[in-house]
Amino acid sequence: MSRQRTLRVWRGDGSSGQFEEYTCDVDEGMVVLDLIHQVQKHHAPDLACRWNCKAGKCGSCSMEINGKPKLSCMTRLSDYEEGAVIQVQPLKTFPIIKDLATDVSWNFRQNERITPFTPPQLPEDGDYRMQQVDVDRVQEFRKCIECFLCQDTCHILRDHEKKEGFVGPRFMIRVAQLEMHPLDTVDRIPATRDEYGSGMCNITRCCTEVCPEHINITDNGIIPMKERVVDRFYDPVTIVLRRVFGWGKRA
Amino acid sequence: MATTGGHVQGFGQTNRTDRWWVGPAATAGGLGAWLLYYAWAAFQGKYWAAGPYISPFYITYTHPTSVTDTSPAYAFWGMWPEWWPALITPALILGFLPGTFRVTCYYYRKAYYRAFFGMPPGCAVGPRPVNYRGETGLLLFQNLHRYTLYLALLLLPILYYEAALSYSWGGELGIGLGSVILTINCFLITGYTLGCHAWRHLIGGRLNCFSCDGISEARHGAWRFTTWLNIRHMRFAWMSLYWFLFTDVFIRLMSMGYLPDINTWNGISWIADFH
Repeated sequence: MSRQRTLRVWRGDGSSGQFEEYTCDVDEGMVVLDLIHQVQKHHAPDLACRWNCKAGKCGSCSMEINGKPKLSCMTRLSDYEEGAVIQVQPLKTFPIIKDLATDVSWNFRQNERITPFTPPQLPEDGDYRMQQVDVDRVQEFRKCIECFLCQDTCHILRDHEKKEGFVGPRFMIRVAQLEMHPLDTVDRIPATRDEYGSGMCNITRCCTEVCPEHINITDNGIIPMKERVVDRFYDPVTIVLRRVFGWGKRA
Repeated sequence: MATTGGHVQGFGQTNRTDRWWVGPAATAGGLGAWLLYYAWAAFQGKYWAAGPYISPFYITYTHPTSVTDTSPAYAFWGMWPEWWPALITPALILGFLPGTFRVTCYYYRKAYYRAFFGMPPGCAVGPRPVNYRGETGLLLFQNLHRYTLYLALLLLPILYYEAALSYSWGGELGIGLGSVILTINCFLITGYTLGCHAWRHLIGGRLNCFSCDGISEARHGAWRFTTWLNIRHMRFAWMSLYWFLFTDVFIRLMSMGYLPDINTWNGISWIADFH
């Protein structure tokens, strides 16, 4: 049986805009992205919204639904009270292009700042060898779909606008993924503190809470990187052990 | 004030429509109530022992003039000197040391940054408008969490020692409700301490190769166990915090004569039965 839902959408560009309400027929099992498509079909064909896979794997349809950063393709209408208006807005952290589409290119520039994976010279037989147990940790980080919801909810980028001082949770786990890789040869710890801004994070875990891939960004990525920074720069015992005995240096 | 995307701005302001404030409010209430009780119990310096039980707030024997002057034989540190100021109770010292471990704990940091400092109060909720520097300025000391971990690890055997002594009274082995409560207290604090992020890093997380040699493989096993605890760190943090308080309340009420113990020495026994 078809029912109706009202969607309150932010319409505008980077300089101005306003909320507009649209009411559409909806069916059982529909998600917020379906409702946006209904609005585009019946009321506002010029409504801008980025989307692609509609399966929670491309990370394109990130937006703020009732104030919370979410993937619209993975958010069911039935999650909200029957008859309640659902409000959708663009991501706050990034400049608005139009309506729900934002310019997330700042993230790509952060990625460029990170030294790529640098394995050692190939062994004579031409095969790198590593055990599954050594890559289990980094495989969690590779689940990232780059939806940038974690970047959007991070208060350092979102509210304090310290984009120069912190690369954000998505790139902290990218650095962690490389730093923990058994074959990577680059010393990434100084840059983690000085360039990527690990000290800016105060562990409030919002990035982990919004991650649609359920990556434990804080506990498995950011905190281990902060602890490695402590090893290098703040712990007098490990500093002495490293200088005197070479403890903890990469192979 | 709204931004160009219709987002409201300012401290505590949000477009969220759910009850986001329940979590930080509960945290503030839970931590605040605990701290108030601790301050009261620590300065009071009374009713910290009953029979073979000694409050974890007071895991050392204190002044012999105490209200419940039980045998000092089981006290870890022995008598405190007569000249020691009564206001500085063992609970103040032994609360402060593991207290630093909790203050710098990665879980509690989230809890109190949100609940007490509004940095931010909730996800996608406006933080306090300050020149934010994270943990690079005044909060640089948070990086020494592992040293507070070492202190906490040193105190663990003392807790176990005092719990072990609660299984003996008047030279006779036995078990009482208080012994069970003290033992659970030890287990919960151990679960919290060994689930610590700094411990997880030191025990194996700092390695990039878990399969390189036998020691690394052993450390990987320890790291996996710590990871299991670490996933439940928040749960252990709260359970150990409040069981600690509950243990003190039980011993306090028992020593005041409001609550009996059930044990193998005297059956249902009130504080008078232990003298």
